[in-house]
Amino acid sequence: MIDLERLRSDFPILSREVNGHRLVYLDSAATTQKPTAVLDSMDAYYRESNANVHRGAHTLSAEATELYEGARTKVAHFIGAKPAQTVFTRGTTTAINHIAYGWGLNHLNEGDKIVLTIAEHHANIVPWQIISRHTGAELVYLELTDDYRVDLNGIDRILDDRVKIVTFSGMSNVTGAIGPINLLSEAARSVGALTVLDGAQLVPHHPVDVAEFDVDFMAFSAHKMLGPTGIGALWGTRERLEEMEPTEGGGEMINTVDRHVSTWAPVPHKFEAGTPPIAEAVGFGAAVDYLSAVGMDVIAQHERDLTRYALDRLAEVPDLKVYGPDDVLLRGGAVSFELADIHPHDIATILDQEGIAIRAGHHCARPLMQYLDVPATARASFYLYNIPEEIDKLVSALMNARRIFGL
Amino acid sequence: MSQLDELYREVILDHYRNPRRRGTLSGDHLHAEGVNPSCGDEFSLDIEVRDGVVVDAAMQGQGCSISQASGSMMMNTIVGKSVSDVEDLTYKFKLMMSIEEGDNPVDPDRPGSVLGDLEALQGVRKFPVRIKCAGLAWSTLSDALQQAGQES
Repeated sequence: MIDLERLRSDFPILSREVNGHRLVYLDSAATTQKPTAVLDSMDAYYRESNANVHRGAHTLSAEATELYEGARTKVAHFIGAKPAQTVFTRGTTTAINHIAYGWGLNHLNEGDKIVLTIAEHHANIVPWQIISRHTGAELVYLELTDDYRVDLNGIDRILDDRVKIVTFSGMSNVTGAIGPINLLSEAARSVGALTVLDGAQLVPHHPVDVAEFDVDFMAFSAHKMLGPTGIGALWGTRERLEEMEPTEGGGEMINTVDRHVSTWAPVPHKFEAGTPPIAEAVGFGAAVDYLSAVGMDVIAQHERDLTRYALDRLAEVPDLKVYGPDDVLLRGGAVSFELADIHPHDIATILDQEGIAIRAGHHCARPLMQYLDVPATARASFYLYNIPEEIDKLVSALMNARRIFGL
Repeated sequence: MSQLDELYREVILDHYRNPRRRGTLSGDHLHAEGVNPSCGDEFSLDIEVRDGVVVDAAMQGQGCSISQASGSMMMNTIVGKSVSDVEDLTYKFKLMMSIEEGDNPVDPDRPGSVLGDLEALQGVRKFPVRIKCAGLAWSTLSDALQQAGQES
């Protein structure tokens, strides 16, 4: 059990008011709030240890390097990985772009296939569209079942030896549906395809041991798991990271540089050109420390309970339709819905007047919106700091939206 | 009235639910499309301009009540007006919405006297993030009229 009152007091922003009401933050799938421990770690780094990393022999530089590499170790261990296979990136988007440009561009040819699901975030669609334009490889989409999960029926017809990459999210940022990670990675293996797991929504909310997934790459972002913006991680198997080309050149990522040729630093530094986001790495490390101290199993259970409560309460609102599975074992706490003919932006404005923050729009998933045949949805999403009372406030604000729209 | 009731006036909900001049034009007409990429609102319009006067107009679109109602009211208002009157109206609308810098031209003592039903959209001023919703139809209209300017 989490002592929620105490935990919530670790997040200063949760005590602020918005439009005269205590903030009800239900937009953690977009970005999460930060505990004092994360804020303090970054502040202390700048106040006490700020210097550039991996260069210079002075004390501050050594401290900064230790903090930066120490953060890498924390983040790697958080997903059951080795630091040497954990690359710091700007976030999930940059991580997937590294794979697309650094691996895809050099290994894909005309007629090859990149398999993805219709539920992907733009970050796991657009880089592949760009690579497809460069290489002539084709994008092939897996669609969804009636309960919004990836439909594996007919996957045998899609899978052949032209499939080189299978890329999918661990948990949809729209429907909340989880996986099926192992079924997709097994299917990819059967034709020798490389697998990419977009872990942006999965890693913050579920215990993850990357060794349990038979995937080649996994990407995730710090800011969706209590950490700062501007940093994330790319994990990869040693073999794939070795054969992947760097997509950015500069300082830090080299071994030797001559007039015309250079050699690369070993993985992971090969992919970290330029001065890295050091303070952000420190904050990322503090964030995974915080999550581990609470316990990822505990967090996942708390979110399952909240999501169950939310789905049940939302079912009481007339004309409300949820886009996502009902079984909380198959889904996380991102709950997308529509309410009668009230556009999601109007819902978001009405809720904001009561201090309730939700997301409205296409959630960077326009192909999914088209597939579901909706212009946009409203989305409430939960994290470890949310409480049932906030869901009660959401439901009563939705009833107010109905009143305003004359329903 | 609360700020929300001020925002969602009955006339706005009426235009949202029963948009006027929905459809497309056949024959010779100007066409423009607008989109707010951040929220996905879409608006497209056809207008027929003859001898410097807007003689017919039709729109299509999807989005929130503010964007669609603003478009529906706009379409109703511009038909029968000269292009220069439409440009003047657009400017006044943008002033009212604080899209253009300047004083709000609406006369609070004589509601509806300057911009008619469109004045119902004034409530949007209190919701800065929604101003771009109200402006979408109007910037699309300006795009269409710019084509007219280039053609003549």
